[in-house]
Amino acid sequence: MANAMQARADGPTFYVREEEHGHNATMLGFWIYLMSDCLIFAVLFATYGVLGRNYAAGPSGVDLFDLKLVALNTSMLLLSSITYGFAMLEMARDRMRATLGWLAVTGLFGVAFVGLELYEFSHLIHEGATPQRSAFLSSFFALVGTHGLHVSFGILWLVTLMVQVGRRGLVEANRRRLMCLSLFWHFLDVVWIGVFTFVYLMGVIR
Amino acid sequence: MFQNLDLAKLLFGRLTLQAIPYHEPILIATFAVVALGGLTVLGAMTYFRLWGPFWRDWVTTVDHKRIGIMYCVLGLVMLLRGFADALMMRSQQAVAFGDNAGWLPPHHYDQIFTAHGVIMIFFVAMPLVTGLMNFAVPLQIGARDVAFPFLNNFSFWMTAAGAVLLMASLFIGEFARTGWLAYPPLSGADYSPGVGVDYFIWSLQIAGVGTTLSGINLVATIVKMRAPGLTMMKLPVFTWTSLCTNVLIVASFPVLTAVLCLLALDRYVGTNFFTNDLGGNPMMYFNLIWIWGHPEVYILILPAFGIFSEIVSTFSGKRLFGYASMVYATVVITILSYLVWLHHFFTMGSGATVNSFFGITTMIISIPTGAKIFNWLFTMYRGRIRFELPMMWTIAFMITFVIGGMTGVLLAVPPADFILHNSLFLVAHFHNVIIGGVLFGMFAGINFWFPKAFGFRLDPFWGKMSFWFWVSGFYVAFMPLYLLGLMGVTRRANRFDDPSLQIWFVIAAFGALLILIGILSTIVQFVVSVRRREALADTTGDPWHGRTLEWSTASPPPAYNFAFTPVIHDHDAWSDMKTRGYERPMEGFRPIHMPRNTGVGAILSGLSVALGFALVWYIWWLAAASFVAILAVAIWHTFNYDREYYVPVDEVARQEAERTRLLAAA
Repeated sequence: MANAMQARADGPTFYVREEEHGHNATMLGFWIYLMSDCLIFAVLFATYGVLGRNYAAGPSGVDLFDLKLVALNTSMLLLSSITYGFAMLEMARDRMRATLGWLAVTGLFGVAFVGLELYEFSHLIHEGATPQRSAFLSSFFALVGTHGLHVSFGILWLVTLMVQVGRRGLVEANRRRLMCLSLFWHFLDVVWIGVFTFVYLMGVIR
Repeated sequence: MFQNLDLAKLLFGRLTLQAIPYHEPILIATFAVVALGGLTVLGAMTYFRLWGPFWRDWVTTVDHKRIGIMYCVLGLVMLLRGFADALMMRSQQAVAFGDNAGWLPPHHYDQIFTAHGVIMIFFVAMPLVTGLMNFAVPLQIGARDVAFPFLNNFSFWMTAAGAVLLMASLFIGEFARTGWLAYPPLSGADYSPGVGVDYFIWSLQIAGVGTTLSGINLVATIVKMRAPGLTMMKLPVFTWTSLCTNVLIVASFPVLTAVLCLLALDRYVGTNFFTNDLGGNPMMYFNLIWIWGHPEVYILILPAFGIFSEIVSTFSGKRLFGYASMVYATVVITILSYLVWLHHFFTMGSGATVNSFFGITTMIISIPTGAKIFNWLFTMYRGRIRFELPMMWTIAFMITFVIGGMTGVLLAVPPADFILHNSLFLVAHFHNVIIGGVLFGMFAGINFWFPKAFGFRLDPFWGKMSFWFWVSGFYVAFMPLYLLGLMGVTRRANRFDDPSLQIWFVIAAFGALLILIGILSTIVQFVVSVRRREALADTTGDPWHGRTLEWSTASPPPAYNFAFTPVIHDHDAWSDMKTRGYERPMEGFRPIHMPRNTGVGAILSGLSVALGFALVWYIWWLAAASFVAILAVAIWHTFNYDREYYVPVDEVARQEAERTRLLAAA
């Protein structure tokens, strides 16, 4: 062994003397997580695709969906994405108060979205359109409900981050976290576009 | 009286004293053995004052090597449980003929074959595979740890939590009686009202969180943390197969999570996803579970392929034949593994067109796999082969796996599958590839990397005992099942009428006994190796004349792996360094940035066990409390910004000086 390692002055370099930096994989890792989450939604969409017309002699989308309410709901979520974008712009300008302000607005829009969704759910259940009524309603509640749960966790995360930004300011770690939540938030927006189109719009046709 | 009952229900859900199987002598004896063993371990740990080190060095560790070792220990311990189930099944089937009902009633037997499958796949094969990847990948790519060290610790403990919950079902209540994938409507609330399927669902969900996160972690590690110069087409093949495996994990485990959630909703909320009425569709479950399940097969086998590649090249003293084709074959298998899931239910009635498509894609997979076999053979050709234990396992794998592969192609022919579906031929086939492929691969890997992990080799004599008993036991146990399957014997039956079949089951049971001796030999091998560790010691860090970077560090490697980040110029980096006169740096050390240990992962895992247990038994207050506690601990953890520290220069210099001393002594 030792012989094999005899010195050779002009040999190639086999190691770096300086400490390596910049190996931050958080963004990539978070992207991969989002894609895995996306697969969960894909399964729920596929389930809805297969079961979504199995009404079991119960109500269908035409009977149940109130597009005006859903339009309002959708606008809440889309607006929250825009305001999150404003928060990120303020973060880039290093303005903590403005960042926090826009995050708060984002959170309020998110709460409004979840609130409207809960109202819709309670209304449906009140009318007898429960998740147990038919496979259509099971898959509807699973898909829309999973999205709503994600938004709720997003809000919880948002509040946590606001506290952390308030305490420590826009430090590197907090910027990274805000960036991850931003990805998460916009991702949920994109998923909602799918839900809106695939479930609600296509549901009221026929 | 009535009020008391209500209070008990509130406090304990549907958990009552009847759930403790004190009337079943088999379980009482098992419990006695487990409890005695457990108490001995706990007592010994207290006596030798090991709790402190155990907590500091293992439970809270974020070191990928220690986490990898813990995964392997978990896998090996669970192997004992899974194999005990196998022995019970083989002994039951060997005697239960005609009027003899055997010793295991169907109620018990069905739990055993379900638990056997679930344990062997999720809690033996997966932890062993993940463990070896965790241990070796960062070393092979010249990294100091994985991309997300805390997440790695958390992932391990979630896997362990799943195993704990599953083991709890042995003594509190029962396990599923549905087969390892719990097909509805059998697994629905109507036909399986007990807690068995709920144990199944929640132990897999909890372990699944760990698996998915560790998949994300290792993909990010391999993509982002490679040492300078280590381009993708210079990656060691094991790292390549690990990358593909983890991509598969990330792309398939969410499907499992989702489909088990839907099954749980059916059982808990009364929805109609997989029910027979109100529009539900049980075949949805078959499709979804196998969209996860088929990639899962490749999740297990690809790392084994990688291990064999490293071993064949190392013990033939040659560079791997056809490196690029090996990589492409791996990637092609990765992609194809998503296009074959329907071959698990050709008999569903999808029609000739659909079945032909999936039959053909299945057969196509054998092409890249065959290419790999030829690559290994050509690597051995004109090599200077050293028949050490890892190489022996590799050769046994090549022979065994080819047989399993051929019966697989046979099953891929839809008309043939209509005859062989759900027969013992199928059982023989998948044991042939999983034992002959995955398990042999894990034993090869453990024998190969053990000296790297602990600084001494495993005892070769007992290793060879284990090898010969395992390999011969495998053939004696499973070849009869091929014959029985061709004769039309179906799987999962606990009694047969036709006495002419009995001889084959007796032979199979004898094979299981041979495997038992193999497993005992493995245990003896570990014990003997630890006792003879002085004689078996390796001070060079490179006992096999290895070719990849992990052999360039000390055995066991320091926590920081490499004092200086290596620079890679060619395939088989360490081999290249040795031939081109690499000189180990002795001075100029710098402080090294490392992640801090944390107990949060273990705490979250403990809370998850509580949550899972509460959900199984409908103890709603505990479920709510543990869920809130999980959220609270997770959020609290994010308030800790001080997660890293510097290993001081003196400490690095001390550890490197120790290495220098050992090298000089060698």
